[in-house]
Amino acid sequence: MNPTCPSEQVASIIATHQDRPGALLPILHAIQDALGFIPPDSIQEIAGALNLSRAEVHGVITFYHYFKTAAPARHQVQICCAEACQSMGSERLMQHAERAAAGSADYSVHPVYCLGLCATSPAMMIDDQLHARVTPDKFDRLINKVGSES
Amino acid sequence: MSVTIFVPGDSAALALGADDVAQTILNEAAKRNIAVTLVRNGSRGMFWLEPLVEVQTAQGRIAFGPVTADDVASLFDADFQQGGAHPLNLGLTEELAYLKQQERLTFARVGITDPLSLDDYIRHEGYEGLRQALTLPAETIVQQVTESGLRGRGGAAFPTGIKWQTVLKTDALQKYIVCNADEGDSGTFADRMLMEGDPFVLIEGMTIAALAVGATQGYIYVRSEYPHSIAVLNKAIVVARAAGYLGSDILGSAKTFELEVRKAAGAYVCGEETALLESLEGRRGIVRAKPPLPAIEGLFGKPTVINNVISLASVPIIMARGAAFYKDYGMGRSHGTLPFQLAGNIKQGGLIEKAFGVTLREMMYDFGGGAASGRAIKAVQVGGPLGAYLPESQWDTPMDYEAYTALWAVLGHGGIVVHDDTADMAKLARYAMKFCAIESCGKCTPCRIGAVRGVEVLDKVIANQDRPAQLTLLTDLCDTMLNGSMCAMGGMTPYPVLSALKHFPQDFGLDNAGDQHA
Repeated sequence: MNPTCPSEQVASIIATHQDRPGALLPILHAIQDALGFIPPDSIQEIAGALNLSRAEVHGVITFYHYFKTAAPARHQVQICCAEACQSMGSERLMQHAERAAAGSADYSVHPVYCLGLCATSPAMMIDDQLHARVTPDKFDRLINKVGSES
Repeated sequence: MSVTIFVPGDSAALALGADDVAQTILNEAAKRNIAVTLVRNGSRGMFWLEPLVEVQTAQGRIAFGPVTADDVASLFDADFQQGGAHPLNLGLTEELAYLKQQERLTFARVGITDPLSLDDYIRHEGYEGLRQALTLPAETIVQQVTESGLRGRGGAAFPTGIKWQTVLKTDALQKYIVCNADEGDSGTFADRMLMEGDPFVLIEGMTIAALAVGATQGYIYVRSEYPHSIAVLNKAIVVARAAGYLGSDILGSAKTFELEVRKAAGAYVCGEETALLESLEGRRGIVRAKPPLPAIEGLFGKPTVINNVISLASVPIIMARGAAFYKDYGMGRSHGTLPFQLAGNIKQGGLIEKAFGVTLREMMYDFGGGAASGRAIKAVQVGGPLGAYLPESQWDTPMDYEAYTALWAVLGHGGIVVHDDTADMAKLARYAMKFCAIESCGKCTPCRIGAVRGVEVLDKVIANQDRPAQLTLLTDLCDTMLNGSMCAMGGMTPYPVLSALKHFPQDFGLDNAGDQHA
């Protein structure tokens, strides 16, 4: 079976959501859910469907930290760097993770400001899996597991 | 007969391996031919004990924790499903001091019921508030909420009833109820726990709000970092609609209320109500000038009630038990309870719903058991990244809105982040400015540029370059941000910065009187 090509997926997503009130964020989420990022060449089509300028759509995509405009690494690691996690050593964890990620094409590491696991800090998320009380050792174990599954 | 076992499906329990534990329990039970009904409840909010497994016995629910998948076989060996003796057996859940000393009103069901079972919800007083509201005229509902003394639990503490009254009085064909579930403050997780552990109470609260002001459409704006909350809410809305609690004829009343979850996209400033409305409308989350108030011109230009999750979820019990019942809790002008969240460097972190008036020291030592590191506690940030740092001299002040205002601090959304004596307050002050620089919406200059300059000035202070002049500059800059910003983002970032400088001058290279070291 041929997977639907990205531009057809984008067109179908736009058609599904464009009549909802405040449709832009739901459309951007649906595109990123389907493709992993929002291809810059989809901006024209989104803008046309919602009667917006390309600049407006670009402005929204780049305003929000969550939206990506380029294909991400296979695995996304988000490490909480907010105060509660700082109080339990997230800075050390972040440095460790960044060093580890520098040697890997498989995953990329990003800071996130709060995952809501502040009583079990430091917290991180690998793709959509949450992990609490993460030490550098635990990070290595979890990353190796993800690596061996992919 | 089948035995009922509870394994939380709350995000924090999942992050500690609850899914593994649940699966292992099912496998082990099958192997031993024991019939098990597994309930994925919310969390009780005692996170050092998660995953906290409970079993239903004739005496009540018995807790075991923290349980790992490796413990499961030995639990069955000890007949834990009958409450058998085991090193992880904590006794009756209800008798655990951490829970027993709380006043759980808004969180009455969280951790107890199956979050997606409407029957379970109704068995535990669910939808009593809505039934009551359906018998009352709109003005009376608003009046009861006003009389309860409920104030906005998102942080601003504005009286909820007054907000509703403003929307009720407007003349418009379309009005909206918006739930602010963009819980971005570090150290807070009450909204998340409630949405995952008792979604129907939020739906009920929003439905009552809709009846009170004449709104027909609601949106719950949930942060993208909370995928589990979004999933649970979406399922609960389907269940509620199918049972006639949402839709075009709520419980045969001919009243309409539709509800939809909208996913945010990782912008802290969208927790500010007008930025949130911009985001819901499909734009960048840029703060709007007020007036007009959202209550008069809110979402899509229509009158809008916008309330935090906990504010809305507190409404059902107010309607079910009466305004006086709720108002009796608390002190001064802070009525009712606040679900405090004890977090950071703390042994026993978790959710503690208490009437206003409890002290930080009671929270951190009686409930929290001191710092997780075993070291002395140095500073506590209350009320999220825009809240002040409190030194030990302020830990005995009762936690109520006015008493905290007098300390030049805020309760905010009830987050308490504990730092031990290894914390460097100058670094944390710098972080507060950096966070503001990252998250500023960019609309107003004091916030957009002030935060960047704040980081630069603090870098110089930390590097001891021209320190006295830089500290004067920092104080001036904070004054501009405090008084010149459009919203709390820039307007409150000085709280953590200046409180750190005031209470911990030695971390900024000053002596205790605030003078430069020789």
